[in-house]
Amino acid sequence: MSVAAIALLIVGLGLVAWLAARARAAAFAGPGRPRLHSLPGQHGWYVALWTVIPALLFLAGWNELSGNLIYAQVLASPEASSLPDFGMQRQAVLSEAYALASGQTQAAFNPQAHALVPVYARAIAFYNWIGLAVTVLVAFAAGGWAFTRISPQFRARTRVERVVMALLLLASLIAILTTLGIVASLLFESLRFFSMVSPIEFLFGLNWSPQMAIRADQAGSSGAFGAIPLFWGTIFIGAIIAMLVAIPLGLMSAIYLTQYSSARLRSWMKPLLEILAGVPTVVYGYFAALTVAPAVRDLGLTLGIPSSTESALAAGLVMGIMIIPFVSSMADDSLAAVPQAMRDGSLAMGATTSETIRKVLVPAALPGVVGGVLLAVSRAIGETMIVVMAAGLAANLTANPFGSVTTVTTQIVQLLTGDQEFDSPKTLAAFALGLVLFGVTLALNIIALRVVKKYREAYE
Amino acid sequence: MTEMTALSTDGRAATAPAAKMSARNVTVFYGDKKAVDDVSIDVGPEHVTAFIGPSGCGKSTFLRTLNRMNDTIPSARVEGRIELDGEDIYASSMDVVQLRARVGMVFQKPNPFPKSIYENVAYGPRIHGLASGTAELDHIVERSLRRAGLWDEVKDRLSESGTALSGGQQQRLCIARAIAVDPEVILMDEPASALDPIATAKIEELIHELRGNYAIVIVTHNMQQAARVSQRTAFFHLGVLVEYGETTEIFTNPRETRTKDYITGRYG
Ligand SMILES: Nc1ncnc2c1ncn2[C@@H]1O[C@H](COP(=O)(O)OP(=O)(O)O)[C@@H](O)[C@H]1O
Ligand SMILES: [Mg+2]
Repeated sequence: MSVAAIALLIVGLGLVAWLAARARAAAFAGPGRPRLHSLPGQHGWYVALWTVIPALLFLAGWNELSGNLIYAQVLASPEASSLPDFGMQRQAVLSEAYALASGQTQAAFNPQAHALVPVYARAIAFYNWIGLAVTVLVAFAAGGWAFTRISPQFRARTRVERVVMALLLLASLIAILTTLGIVASLLFESLRFFSMVSPIEFLFGLNWSPQMAIRADQAGSSGAFGAIPLFWGTIFIGAIIAMLVAIPLGLMSAIYLTQYSSARLRSWMKPLLEILAGVPTVVYGYFAALTVAPAVRDLGLTLGIPSSTESALAAGLVMGIMIIPFVSSMADDSLAAVPQAMRDGSLAMGATTSETIRKVLVPAALPGVVGGVLLAVSRAIGETMIVVMAAGLAANLTANPFGSVTTVTTQIVQLLTGDQEFDSPKTLAAFALGLVLFGVTLALNIIALRVVKKYREAYE
Repeated sequence: MTEMTALSTDGRAATAPAAKMSARNVTVFYGDKKAVDDVSIDVGPEHVTAFIGPSGCGKSTFLRTLNRMNDTIPSARVEGRIELDGEDIYASSMDVVQLRARVGMVFQKPNPFPKSIYENVAYGPRIHGLASGTAELDHIVERSLRRAGLWDEVKDRLSESGTALSGGQQQRLCIARAIAVDPEVILMDEPASALDPIATAKIEELIHELRGNYAIVIVTHNMQQAARVSQRTAFFHLGVLVEYGETTEIFTNPRETRTKDYITGRYG
């Protein structure tokens, strides 16, 4: 019996337990009897949960354990004495025999494997049988114990509540643990990278050329891992050019929408603006690469500035457009949060609407706007698709917007595309870059949320 | 109050010799809803006029017509005629910016800008270009804060935020802000209703002191306050001006039963 089938069986037992417990609890109720603390259905749940959860936990544990037990039994058998001693081949034969025995493959590549198949089959059957028996036993024992506790006073309802809470906690823990796992793996791989390349060189080096080294004895396999050109490119595109586009446009559209537009126009324009945020970034990417980039290059050449097709300006402009909804919706919220009384106070002093906006509303909303901009920056520097498609690959340190720069995300994609050797500095560099990106983005988010929160408190 | 004995106590057409502002047949709608109904009244020049009445009777709405703050509410529509020194303030030739510099306003809830105390007071003079240099601006700020009775409390911390002051201080800051542009009329909409009794007493004292220099119109739902600070009182009910006359007269010898019921606390 497969594990899935056993699990299904247990769930079936749970259903039976639920029905039985409910019927028993219902039998306690009736005129003249003490009132039940919990409803019959809640008793049902209590017993069903006791039937199912311990058994499934055991099954999960057994599933892990039985592999080793089966392996040990196979090795102890007389047939195993003919196995080759070499690690690799021995392993190959064993796993092939296992695959045959459990029905995953039909034919073996290693003839020796055939001899082991019956041994494996016997061991698997034996331990599966034990697994099944014990699981069912656990289900009956735990369910039966729970069943005996059913009585009018028994607080099944509170117990079930606790189990539900534990399940919810588990669900939230999964998300958190996954995040921690990802961070840990980033950290771990980065440490491996930093054991090969010094962090000083990585963080402050001006030269980035993680050469391809197909074989270790090839020339130029060492590479240069100074990431400053990448950091500069990322900041140049995501934090400078994109923000020069997104901040004024986002802020002005928010001001127009909150202060000038009629309610009807606003109800049209706001959703339209928000659609910008829903456009897949890959669409922005080819818009940047195919439409904006050639135009920018032509402009640069007309102006007599050295220009490349993959210019920082093209990627930055399009990224700025992509970011507008973020800035404008944050600015919109902060402007709307400025109390009407401020506006009235200024208008009553004889200020015009635009004076009121410039001198009172925008300064009052500034912390919220700054928070929004920081969030937008953190999004922009982590954005990948647009820069992969429209920004360059050459790690230049240039402030010429018509020139080509590369970004952290572009390089991560480059480093990890194609066949990889997972212990070369070239591959591991991707993790170090990812770690830096993660750290900066996290910091920006924390600062932004602090700023926004502090500002909200000021008005409450 | 001797100068006012000549005033008529007739609610409908109280015409004083030189009224600062006079309203004739003013009706205000919010959409289709009538909030102020055919009100005619004269206020000023040198005394405090109180508007009293149960809440929702249109006191604030009428007050806001006097400096055209209702223009900022899209659904509001004003009919009738309002004059400031004989000039129609709803005429197209009237500049709202100038009007509001001449008719200042203090709100129910203190609303200092989230700027420094100094900048709060300097706001109006800066907008209207009243000071030609920093020295003059400093002078205006100091004079306004002195008049608002706040100078001694804040002179050492002018660069601190106005929002960090106590509620009563904030309200006096708002009064200082309003008088910094040297208005002729100051409108106050329940200026002390959000304050504690001590802060309220300070505001009332301040109103007394400002009386000689500005025509003051104050909305209040506190009848003792109206009796203490005003020389003339107007009683509004359901959008209608029921009775208008000398405060002492209104409180001791009201002519209308509705007024009498209200001031004796029968409703409202
Ligand atoms: N902005 C507005 N839009 C629509 N109706 C309003 C508005 N402001 C006030 N009103 C209505 O006008 C009437 C008078 O309100 P208001 O002048 O604030 O009364 P008061 O100040 O005497 O309490 C009330 O019925 C109120 O609901
Ligand atoms: Mg009011």
